[in-house]
Amino acid sequence: MAFTLRKDISDASRIINHSFYWTFISPFRGKPVRIRAMISEMVKAGYNSVPIVAVISFFVGIILALQAAYQLKRVGALIYVANLVGVSLTRELSPILTAIIVSGRSGSAFAAEIGSMKAAEEVDALVTMGINPIRFLVSPKLIALMVMVPALTMLSDVIGISGGFLLSVSVLDMHPYNYYQQTINALLVKDVFTGLIKAWAFGIVITIVGAYQGFKVEGGAEEVGRRTTSSVVASIFLVIIFDLFFTMLFYYFT
Amino acid sequence: MQNTEHAIEVTGLRTRYGDREVLKGLTFSIPRGKTTVILGGSGCGKSTLLKHLIGLLRPSAGSIRINGREITTLDEPGMDRVRGKMGVLFQGAALLNSMTIADNVALPIREHTKINEATLQIMVRMKLDLVGLSGFDHFYPSQLSGGMKKRAGLARALALDPEMLFFDEPSAGLDPVTAAGLDELIMKLRNVFRMTIIVVTHELPSVFAIADYVIMLDKGQILFAGTLDGLRASDHPRIRMFLERKPEQQAYSPDDYFRVIAGE
Repeated sequence: MAFTLRKDISDASRIINHSFYWTFISPFRGKPVRIRAMISEMVKAGYNSVPIVAVISFFVGIILALQAAYQLKRVGALIYVANLVGVSLTRELSPILTAIIVSGRSGSAFAAEIGSMKAAEEVDALVTMGINPIRFLVSPKLIALMVMVPALTMLSDVIGISGGFLLSVSVLDMHPYNYYQQTINALLVKDVFTGLIKAWAFGIVITIVGAYQGFKVEGGAEEVGRRTTSSVVASIFLVIIFDLFFTMLFYYFT
Repeated sequence: MQNTEHAIEVTGLRTRYGDREVLKGLTFSIPRGKTTVILGGSGCGKSTLLKHLIGLLRPSAGSIRINGREITTLDEPGMDRVRGKMGVLFQGAALLNSMTIADNVALPIREHTKINEATLQIMVRMKLDLVGLSGFDHFYPSQLSGGMKKRAGLARALALDPEMLFFDEPSAGLDPVTAAGLDELIMKLRNVFRMTIIVVTHELPSVFAIADYVIMLDKGQILFAGTLDGLRASDHPRIRMFLERKPEQQAYSPDDYFRVIAGE
């Protein structure tokens, strides 16, 4: 038990080390990241999840506005719906929703892809060809998620706020300009910015967890399935832990 | 290259998975420019041995010298230089499924050289032609049969003109005709390119067809190392059993049998 735990930790730290080395240091030593693979990962992880992120953010924006109105109506402060929707989306909900969607779509795909390659000896084949599997498989994904999770978060911010806006001007009878002005006043650059920093960190967490679970596969198809499942569970769990950490950090230091 | 006769020299190779010893102190050498077959029943450690020879696993003890160079203590960049002279064909061919056959073959060339695209395409077609797969450049691995996949895997292993070729169970899962075709290809490579070829297998017909030199493993130990004729002439009971395809004798006494089924 203690032995396997130690081995898990050393495996995880090796993957973290190597991923960062092959993504950020080795390109300066003449071993560039594969650009074409990176773009294809960006399309798969980012562009293709635009619809689902948009729809979910839109609905969450509406839900937030409704839930806020339920309380604020009683104290006659309905205009503060705009503040609540804007701030809670940009600071918290957009990054976390995006991260959960991306870990379900891409984190699991990473684990399944790497895992089935491991099971079919393709990873061994890469090693014997003198190609580092982390550089070949993980680096393009790491860069793709580091760019795409913040980008999707920004999209989610915009669409979520529009959802809240649409509900407020229709159901809650607010004046569109008032809502707009209230949102602008409530949002600080730092709110948006801290949300994007979180999203960036979540992108790293999701990639590393997916890669770690994928490289852990030793047996066949059944284990690929199991590792895929645990990659989603583990990355959502770690995303929440990191969220807690960053939220505390930003609460005290910004 | 102090010793030109042997491509690979292994001394006292031991390895263990957990507390089970898989290879129990192997010492042998593999002659250069010949086809060496590593033979043995299932679970005798021959695949593990192959993984040590290509540097995928590190032994618990012992030394492996390739071209006179110790690889067990080599770091990754050094190991990659040694691997540059090796080609490996895995059991399931291990082609990357997301790429076409041509891209698979081009992959090691693209990674390790700066050849321009036109030359690269010619090289890829040459390699594919060598293994009899001309015209299949734009197929994906999933569109090929098992035998064709192995040929494509072989073309990729040959991409950087290796000195040494390793085969892991080349005829596993192939029909006799396709398997014989692959054996012929292996012989051609040895005769034409003078490559050192190491084949891990348990298929007797292909052993008799291709082997110059045989190393037979049993339960992690070397049972026999020598020429094919030597193997045929051997009267070691385990070797005879293997060559004559006799099942392992299971002489249980009634008491033993009772103990086995009672789960003691």
